Amino acid sequence: MGLFFAQLLTGLANAGALFMVASGLSLIFGVTRIVNFAHGSFYMLGAYVGYTLMQVLPGVVGFWGAVLLAGIIVGLIGVIVEICVLRPVYSAPELFQLVATFGVILVIQDLTLMIWGAEDLLGPRAPGLKGIVRIMDEPVPQYDLALIAITPFVAFALWYLITKTRVGILVRAATQDREMVGALGVNQSWLFTGVFFLGCALAGLGGAVQLPKGGADLLMDFNILTSVFVVVVIGGMGSLPGAYLAAVIISVLNVFGVSYMPKSTLVLMFLVMVVVLMFRPFGLFGREEVAGEHGQVGEPERPIKPAGLKIRLLVAAALVLLGLIPVMGSNFAVVLVTDILIFCLFAASLQFMLGMGGLVSFGHAAFFGGGAYVAALFVTYAHTPMELALILAPLGAGLAAVLIGWVCLRSTGVYFAMLTLAFAQLLWSLVFQWGDITGGDDGLVNIWPSAWASSNMVFFYLTLVICAGGILLLRHAAHSPFGYALRAARDSSRQAEAMGINTKRIQWVAFAFAGAMAGVAGGLFVFSKGSVFPNELEIARSFDALIVVFLGGVKTLSGGWVGGASFEATKDYLTRFEYWRLALGLLIIAVVILAPEGIVGSLRKLGERTGILNNAEDKR
Amino acid sequence: MLELKTVNAFYGKAHVLNDLSFTVGHGKVVALLGRNGAGKTTTMKSIMQMVQPRGGTVSYQGQDITGWAPHRVAKAGLGYVPEERRIFTQLTVLENLEVGRQPPREGCVTWTEEMLFELFPNLAERRGNRGKALSGGEQQMLTIARTLMGNPALVLLDEPSEGIAPVIVEQMAHVILKLKNEGLTVLLSEQNLHFAQAVADQVVIIESGTQKFAGSLADLQAHPEIRDAYLSV
Ligand SMILES: Nc1ncnc2c1ncn2[C@@H]1O[C@H](COP(=O)(O)OP(=O)(O)OP(=O)(O)O)[C@@H](O)[C@H]1O
Ligand SMILES: [Mg+2]
Repeated sequence: MGLFFAQLLTGLANAGALFMVASGLSLIFGVTRIVNFAHGSFYMLGAYVGYTLMQVLPGVVGFWGAVLLAGIIVGLIGVIVEICVLRPVYSAPELFQLVATFGVILVIQDLTLMIWGAEDLLGPRAPGLKGIVRIMDEPVPQYDLALIAITPFVAFALWYLITKTRVGILVRAATQDREMVGALGVNQSWLFTGVFFLGCALAGLGGAVQLPKGGADLLMDFNILTSVFVVVVIGGMGSLPGAYLAAVIISVLNVFGVSYMPKSTLVLMFLVMVVVLMFRPFGLFGREEVAGEHGQVGEPERPIKPAGLKIRLLVAAALVLLGLIPVMGSNFAVVLVTDILIFCLFAASLQFMLGMGGLVSFGHAAFFGGGAYVAALFVTYAHTPMELALILAPLGAGLAAVLIGWVCLRSTGVYFAMLTLAFAQLLWSLVFQWGDITGGDDGLVNIWPSAWASSNMVFFYLTLVICAGGILLLRHAAHSPFGYALRAARDSSRQAEAMGINTKRIQWVAFAFAGAMAGVAGGLFVFSKGSVFPNELEIARSFDALIVVFLGGVKTLSGGWVGGASFEATKDYLTRFEYWRLALGLLIIAVVILAPEGIVGSLRKLGERTGILNNAEDKR
Repeated sequence: MLELKTVNAFYGKAHVLNDLSFTVGHGKVVALLGRNGAGKTTTMKSIMQMVQPRGGTVSYQGQDITGWAPHRVAKAGLGYVPEERRIFTQLTVLENLEVGRQPPREGCVTWTEEMLFELFPNLAERRGNRGKALSGGEQQMLTIARTLMGNPALVLLDEPSEGIAPVIVEQMAHVILKLKNEGLTVLLSEQNLHFAQAVADQVVIIESGTQKFAGSLADLQAHPEIRDAYLSV
């Protein structure tokens, strides 16, 4: 009983930081409609800034002053990011801002590394709260009790701000209809900036306040992001009480998980989320949210048409050129282009579902990594030959997509996106924690192609054929009646339903199809590398694909593979440098700001302006 | 007070307003008339710069406001009452009014909640209720009251009589006349003439985004053929 109670207290104490970060995220989303992927980074910054301040400021006042100051400083950094990075892209097409925030993650990661170094920092203990208290004979750190007491005050202050002050009223009004708030004379830019300050300050506060418990390290940003997304989804986007309750549930669950089911802690969190969403698709206290609801800005989409003769010839020429690489190029080039091709297929599969189906998935790596692991497991345990493994990979990934899609498609918009992310994390944690079978962190190794395909050159041609074929198949599907139905379901599901299209089923099929195609890419990946590690399932992998699709151009068919090729090639080049993340992050931000229609969209515009391509619509 | 000069507006490639030019004099009530889809709402939004005109200028008190951000236009003294009401359904009546609040403006009435409750007695009893709990008519009153909290000099009323009960329509007409008496200038859009006749001094008729008539109410009454051609009576 005593132990039980002590663990409950630990859970409650852990909930504090989680609540602060989660409420900041959902506040920012509510007003700006931006899912701030960089929120974990602000949390991490809070910890590092707080650490440094605690070294300088002495005593009890110094400690708590440092916590507060860290919050304010991180809030101000958030303001800089909002003004320099996000303001220029508010008018960009829906969800494009996501990519910008991803660039911010990379930049902050490297800047933190530069300033504070790679070593984990041990957080200082809070002066005056270093001891433990015995409660029912169990030791409970004093600092935990302090956290349990403080969190409700923060929650209350926030609640007061949001419900009782003019600023709060404006924030809530803007959450519903920001255009109208603007028409009533409120400068939205400053409201956005203000909300960003508050949201980031909360994240920073969360990072600083957990220092005595968790210290500071460079993995904090992604580590908290998953929990925060889960909390926000369970509690309901935009709900403060929801965020608090969910933070408590998740934290308590984690503490109990660690002591009773150490192998399944991560899984447990996602199970709870899935169960909640089965009954309440918009979280415990949430309302339906559509990402980018009022954000239909920019030019209307152009009709998608089959490639003209010119383009077809260009593509054919490019394929021939690619085919010549093993003959002309170095071995290194062959391996690099193999990687790029695989990544292109992966990106194209996400592009299909996102661009054609409007299904924004944050967790597409589940199917890439899933396919990779299916192939690797079969090879390792059943000595399956490569040919069969390459077929089983998409089957396995497709099957996973059928199941995951069934659950995720019960929600829409951000909830859908977060659910996909959660499932990807679920798969990741299964693979990670189930070391006996999957090798855990050590991965699965020694998975090589069949003898006939073992030379780099032959494997290259195999990859070229499968990937180009896969991409063409995706294109073909987009032009088929199925593709039309999918777009109809995306644009106006009600009308599509009225026309007799079962929109949910169409989307489900598209989800499974995209998953299977990602599985093909995953299968190829394993044999090209000879091994697979859990990071193929990571959030970062999913984000890579997302970035690529957005950078390539969401509203174009070829955005996926064009973006994939540019991104993978750039990354390969940049990773030779020490601070490649910084460079890549800045590059991503630059592309987002300078080419808001993506690479393909901008190239097409350029082509039209210079007369190389002709615009079919103007010719009419 | 407000002047549109060859204003053109587009949605994407669709040309919705075509060379609209008219003026709204100080203290006048001007009715913008036209059928469904004629472009009335678009005209209102072009004035507020919520739809940025491509070509032409909108000037207010001699100042060119084309290209301004909508919040700046509102701050300059234009109050917009949208057709779809767009009240904040999760906020209470009082909170909705708070969103509209702006500092007092010289030469204009400075509205307080109590004055607005006097003008719209129905709202007074519902001050603590959430927007979503209001009836259609009450919501319409709330949108007007919310805009008045900004102490505007000129109010743009988009189809104030649409979809509400006849009794309340009458009340609306009464309110508009009251506003006129307080010295406010009003540009309102309507589909049919009856409501407009009761309140307007001047009339502008548009059809498919093109201006067909601009003049006084008496002028229009002298030309019934115009009325019959462009309005559903
Ligand atoms: N957001 C939009 N995108 C594209 N076209 C639009 C949009 N809003 C309006 N339109 C089109 O512009 C034209 C003018 O519309 P507008 O709403 O200004 O008309 P209205 O006179 O206010 O009509 P109503 O009496 O029905 O309110 C219509 O043909 C309409 O279909
Ligand atoms: Mg209208």
